[in-house]
Amino acid sequence: MAATVTHDTLTTDSDAIFDKKTWMGGVEPMKVSYGKLMMWFFLISDTFTFSALLVTYGLIRFSYPAWDPAIYGEVFKFSNLYWPTPEMVYAAVPFLHGVHAPLIFVGIMTFILIFSSVTMVLAVEAGHRMDQADVEKYMLWTILGGFTFLGSQAWEWSHFIHGTETGTTISEIVNGQTIQRTIFGANLVENQYGPPAFADLFFFITGFHGTHVFSGVILNILIFYRAATGLYARRGHYEMVEKVGLYWHFVDLVWVFVFTFFYLV
Amino acid sequence: MSDHTHGTHEVGEIPPANTGAIWRTFWILSAITAVEFTLAYLMKAGGLRTSFFVIMTLVKAFYIVGEFMHLKHEVKSLIWAIVVPIVFVIWLLVALMTEGAWIGISVFG
Repeated sequence: MAATVTHDTLTTDSDAIFDKKTWMGGVEPMKVSYGKLMMWFFLISDTFTFSALLVTYGLIRFSYPAWDPAIYGEVFKFSNLYWPTPEMVYAAVPFLHGVHAPLIFVGIMTFILIFSSVTMVLAVEAGHRMDQADVEKYMLWTILGGFTFLGSQAWEWSHFIHGTETGTTISEIVNGQTIQRTIFGANLVENQYGPPAFADLFFFITGFHGTHVFSGVILNILIFYRAATGLYARRGHYEMVEKVGLYWHFVDLVWVFVFTFFYLV
Repeated sequence: MSDHTHGTHEVGEIPPANTGAIWRTFWILSAITAVEFTLAYLMKAGGLRTSFFVIMTLVKAFYIVGEFMHLKHEVKSLIWAIVVPIVFVIWLLVALMTEGAWIGISVFG
């Protein structure tokens, strides 16, 4: 909040005198508190980090050949010679073993995250009304959504790491001789779904996003605790819910981009 | 804020929830995601489908940032402070996509 100097209300449009002093301290030219503004600037810097990761994905993907039915056959197969079609890689759903359901599970994860964003903004709205019970309720739903997403991601990682039952036979040159070898799943050095770089980027991008989700859940739990113990009611406002809400929505926003550029395209 | 000096709430003083805009945004985001799915299944992969995906992703980003993060309702200077730096992302994207295509040509022929 702005430190009151001599006038009662210090806003940029209240008084001609303040036009000159807008940026000289004591007023809030952007009409948000210091903490909220800094959260925005942090999110902009985080935007650059995630953009760099996704653009790197684009760079490396563009530098590999794509799967071409005319060259590699009409039926898509995993190979380290070309970049895989993502919907062929992410086609498994828990409890439906052996069913080919492209992107269904990722779609469920997307809806979980969108929904937890909605409950977060409902918590912010409840905070504006000073409705402590509603803030607690919606924060709990948001935390539950966050944990559900993390659990889904753990399942997807596990499936990706362990691979399919048949694996993929690759040819590689060892000591000048071409040998054939079957590999299962993926790690940072080998990958049954395509070039190793594909697995590396999967681990880095979804892992970095998952770490953000995890931090968000921790922050949400902290905010829930402080709301439930009445700290914000005593303070007279629920602005901390808004600040952490900004972070949580950003995590959802990043997933929207990851969903498109990693899974759909 | 003198009405709220006590931590426990009395039912009478809490105004009713106003959540119309929130749910409207939720339905827009859900509908766009559903359309993306349908396109992923129905359209052949290619430049056209990718451009649809990019446009729909940007629309979703607009609603998340504008409504959920409330940026649409902030003052102009804040909106521009956040939106303008994104130019650098676009520059990076164009530069590295071009670079990637050239690496592809030089490595794989």
